[in-house]
Amino acid sequence: MAFLSDAIATGLTVFTRLVTGAQARWIGCGPQAKQRVYFGNHSSHADFALIWASLPSDLRVRTRPVAGADYWGQGRIRKYLIHEVLRGVLVDRVPAGSGSGERALDKLLAALDGGDSLIIFPEGTRNTTDEILLPFKSGLYHLAKERRDVEFVPVWLENLGRVLPKGEIIPLPLLCSINFGTPMRLNGEEPKAAFLDRSRKALLDLAQFARPK
Amino acid sequence: MPSISPREHTFLLLVGVLGILTLASAIGFALKTVVARGEPHSTIDNLNSRVKAWWWMAAVIGLALGAGKDGVILLFAFASFVALREYATIAPGRRGDHWALLTSFFVVLPFQYFLVWLEWYGFFSIFIPVYAFLVLPMVAVTASDNRNFMQRAATLQWGLMITTFCISHVPALMTLEIPGYEGRNAFLIVYLVLVVQLSDVFQYVWGKLFGKRKIAPEVSPSKTVEGFVGGVASAVVAGACLWWITPFTPAQSALIALLITILGFLGGLVMSAIKRDRGVKDWGTLIEGHGGVLDRLDSVCFSAPIFFHVVRYWWTP
Repeated sequence: MAFLSDAIATGLTVFTRLVTGAQARWIGCGPQAKQRVYFGNHSSHADFALIWASLPSDLRVRTRPVAGADYWGQGRIRKYLIHEVLRGVLVDRVPAGSGSGERALDKLLAALDGGDSLIIFPEGTRNTTDEILLPFKSGLYHLAKERRDVEFVPVWLENLGRVLPKGEIIPLPLLCSINFGTPMRLNGEEPKAAFLDRSRKALLDLAQFARPK
Repeated sequence: MPSISPREHTFLLLVGVLGILTLASAIGFALKTVVARGEPHSTIDNLNSRVKAWWWMAAVIGLALGAGKDGVILLFAFASFVALREYATIAPGRRGDHWALLTSFFVVLPFQYFLVWLEWYGFFSIFIPVYAFLVLPMVAVTASDNRNFMQRAATLQWGLMITTFCISHVPALMTLEIPGYEGRNAFLIVYLVLVVQLSDVFQYVWGKLFGKRKIAPEVSPSKTVEGFVGGVASAVVAGACLWWITPFTPAQSALIALLITILGFLGGLVMSAIKRDRGVKDWGTLIEGHGGVLDRLDSVCFSAPIFFHVVRYWWTP
């Protein structure tokens, strides 16, 4: 079965690259084998497949997407994809203060302690508005506070929201780019709001760089 | 008309093209070793990657022409697909355009080339200007998104005209029936592509060597008066020298070359204005050193339909 999931993973990678004409641009860092949390803008289901596909294969097998349990925990195909192929970490998306936020954080920390890198979308949900980037949820800050040696790399996905908008199933063959920015960490006693602000701004700066005016 | 056979034509053309490419590679190599001394040099390195890409393009076009009408249609259908992709990537759009764009990529574009294959001139020449023009906004309106509706509809229609309708006139040259020229239509494509592309190359070379006065600084800062005049003149000479592969006399061949190089130049400026307005330098990254497929085909887009009609009007019964 491991063979099958590897084959699907390769197929998914090739398919995603072909459809999106995906171009990985390592702007602020290189594809190094460091433990990282890649945080990106979220506009399409294809998002983590694309970040994942654009990593070199040796990094890819050590990088796990963080996904919403409400969507990916349903149906056999989705479950198979997220568990066996993408090796995702499933978390519950529920309002803050209900206690499950801590449980989600524990799962992510456990994945990091296992030596893997993570792909997360701090907006919390796919952005279908006209806003360029939604406000960040606080999970990113808690991760940075608990694991200070991990690099946090902003990843701007350009055009993916147009390739496969929410609710559509046939992708458009537009050209996409995946832009990797400069790694960042939590500074000393930096407060939550400041860090979330800074990381969100890093992503927006990258967007400015990546997209036509 | 020529007493030599198409086979000999092909052989001579092949020798000519391979000769030019070899010469270009040799010059590139010499510049890299003598002028750049093996060090990185942006202009020379770009020149070399352009020449390298030309080898690939010549090989692909050569293979397609060798495969005949089907091969040529497939090649240009693919080129149109990539060009439309580059265009749609850069053009402004909204979520509500999803189905109109899907229809363009997967229905309109293949059908246009199918019409070329059928050699159905009457339908081929109105399908996009009339039918796609009417149907695409109908598809778009089902998304109930009114914002910038007119601009979005026009943008998509314009993109299909340039990337699909115009480019499809190149393989359509295969379908013209010119008395006394049977079995040689592929040479019309060679003539068009060679003249237009040589004009681009000559403009680049003349511009790099002698370019001083900018011809359209706001639109295309790299184009100069010297490059334009030298490039067009050289391409006209080249076009006249290629008369033997066409149904034209040498004088007609020069005149037609002048027409298509000027169209190509102005078309290149138009496409440049769009790029600048959208804040990008190149349409894509597929062809190393050149940019995207549209960067290479921009001048062909604007000259192919006119060339097609000139030949169809004066050389077919």
